[in-house]
Amino acid sequence: MIIPLAETATETNVGEQAVFWVCATLAVAGALGMILSRKAVHSALWIALTMINLAILYVANSAPFLGMVQIIVYTGAVMMLFLFVLMVVGVDASDSLIETIKGQRIASILLAVGFAILLVWGVGSALTEVSPVGVTAANDEYGGNVQGIAHVIFIQYLIVFELTSALLITAAMGAMVLAHRDRWKALLSQRELSIERFRSGGHPGNLPTPGVFARHNAVDTPALLPDGGISELSVPAPVRVRGDERPLDRVDIDEVRQISEGETDLPEGRQS
Amino acid sequence: MSDSQFGLFGVDPWWLVLLKVLAIFVMLVLLTLFTIWWERRVVSRMQNRIGPNRVGPQGLLQSLMDGIKLALKEEIIPKSAHVAVYWLAPVISATMAFLAFAVIPFGPEVSIFGVMTPLQLTDFPVSVLYVLAIASIGIYGIVLGGWASGSTYPLLGGLRSSAQMISYEIAMGLSFVAVFLYAGSMSTSEIVIAQEPIWFAVILLPSFLIYCTAMVGETNRAPFDLPEAEGELVGGFHTEYSSLKFALFFLAEYINMVTVSAMAVTLFLGGYLAPWPLSLWADANSGWWPMLWWLLKVQIFIFIFIWLRGTLPRMRYDQFMRFGWKVLIPVSIGWIMVVSVARLLREDVSFSTTEILIAGAVLIVLLLLASWIVQSRQDRRQRAQDEADEAAAAAPFDPLESGFPVPPMPGQSFSYTSRRAAAAGTTVVQEQPVITASDTSGIDDPEEDRNG
Repeated sequence: MIIPLAETATETNVGEQAVFWVCATLAVAGALGMILSRKAVHSALWIALTMINLAILYVANSAPFLGMVQIIVYTGAVMMLFLFVLMVVGVDASDSLIETIKGQRIASILLAVGFAILLVWGVGSALTEVSPVGVTAANDEYGGNVQGIAHVIFIQYLIVFELTSALLITAAMGAMVLAHRDRWKALLSQRELSIERFRSGGHPGNLPTPGVFARHNAVDTPALLPDGGISELSVPAPVRVRGDERPLDRVDIDEVRQISEGETDLPEGRQS
Repeated sequence: MSDSQFGLFGVDPWWLVLLKVLAIFVMLVLLTLFTIWWERRVVSRMQNRIGPNRVGPQGLLQSLMDGIKLALKEEIIPKSAHVAVYWLAPVISATMAFLAFAVIPFGPEVSIFGVMTPLQLTDFPVSVLYVLAIASIGIYGIVLGGWASGSTYPLLGGLRSSAQMISYEIAMGLSFVAVFLYAGSMSTSEIVIAQEPIWFAVILLPSFLIYCTAMVGETNRAPFDLPEAEGELVGGFHTEYSSLKFALFFLAEYINMVTVSAMAVTLFLGGYLAPWPLSLWADANSGWWPMLWWLLKVQIFIFIFIWLRGTLPRMRYDQFMRFGWKVLIPVSIGWIMVVSVARLLREDVSFSTTEILIAGAVLIVLLLLASWIVQSRQDRRQRAQDEADEAAAAAPFDPLESGFPVPPMPGQSFSYTSRRAAAAGTTVVQEQPVITASDTSGIDDPEEDRNG
């Protein structure tokens, strides 16, 4: 951050103005892009752009802590969770542009314009007479921006802050309780699973793959045992039930038996 | 302290700022090339191989040649890719990797062309948070790369990395808190200066260990390289990337390795300060020497990264997440509480160290006692519960208990009367299917698939 911080808040230098115009434009562009893009993931990216630009504006306004926390919490955690959900929901999900509620679009545009007028005219006119003070004085009072915020949060508004955190924790716990599922039986550990697998007397490891020692590795080709016999386990049950097992060549079977008994070397081209 | 320290920054002439930016950029690129070669050589040695030794002395130019070759390769963009985001992702990844280095201190004030300036691009009161913030934007590169490829494995890799990095960033941030408490600042240069007599790795050892674990998770390196687990996800988020875009991801990964190592050195190992036997030499902490100490410390960390990769198998994803949330984060929070209480007692109540240790011992004994009482009560309750369960299982199952159709409880067998059997006057008893972990957790039993 090579942004020069203003010495006094009442005067702005060229650097500050440049930062404001670049970041403010990008922030508004991000907001518009968020509304206008059709893909949900694109919307999420646009709003991330807005958040980052707001953070830079905070830093330029002598509030570096707020700026960094804005990026870490909102861009880094909240938007990332949004993206996570959007990606899980569907890679190609895009909003349809058909109105589901009649007149919704016109109503929302009217409301948005009305709100913008209220904001610009109402709040803007109230602020014309005010000369900006900036946070420099507030920062200096406790020896820095971080210390100032710490004083406000942990001394002045301690109880409100703690109550808010209690509220948030309760909400998180509530979500966990609602999403919680009781298990009928305790989850078995890897060790217990392996003991169970051996004790049941079945095949403890992976089943032989089709085509072991055979000329083909297709799923319907049974694996050959060292004595030339066929391993029934190597062909998936549905294939076996349908009777689609590939019949084996007598030559293949003899070859495997000979190799396993050490009578011949691996045939040409089969050395792996 | 704070005023004097920040007076040093933001006053450099423009050519010096440019020079520093250029120097950092060149250093990071060179370090990446060096680290790739170093990693290949060290891993080779660990595996009884020789490794690259043909291009340049000891094979040092191998990664440069590989880089040129990679950049000149044909670029393949999948048809299903979301082109704009597909382009953006590697750029975000690489840019953010470079940006984080703006606040890393390499050394104290030195004279460059007659201007006294600290060996650090810039610093401000929350620069450690700045590194965290930049890292969290850097994740976007990986997540978006995974999504924009329009393919399943990259998407899974991207999702894994977002979950992983959010989890491990919390542990990482918590490990910083104790450092902030002791340094009284979040600025990197001040944290280094605050470690003048003794490094934070010594007095805050648990924080240091937590950070070291979290930083491996944060950089997607083995044994936590789940987003690109080649055994499961082909290449993870960068499966569909090739040529220069892949090179950018590659570059970002190695720079991130250097960045987290540099952060570990800055926060816990005294930054550019000389280590003990060297610190006896009066000039060890002045001039350009500290930069050498800094570089050596960072290289030790990079060696550890390589060592881990050569030694440990990859963790399973659920074990990895459980470790992050159920071990690292609670331990961090507990440690922060211990540190802050001890500090409060020393500074505000003016307890001596002995008194704090005695109080701690008494507290631990009380806690053990309390946990023993709670545990024995829980055991008793559990036994009563088990007995009740057994009694319930022994009771005959009523499929219409209190007027509603209900499923059998564990252990109860389900009996029903089929119409045909009822006509014949017999009851069919069917064993309740045993619910095993493999059913509930969704792990496929190959036995069932093949035979059943």
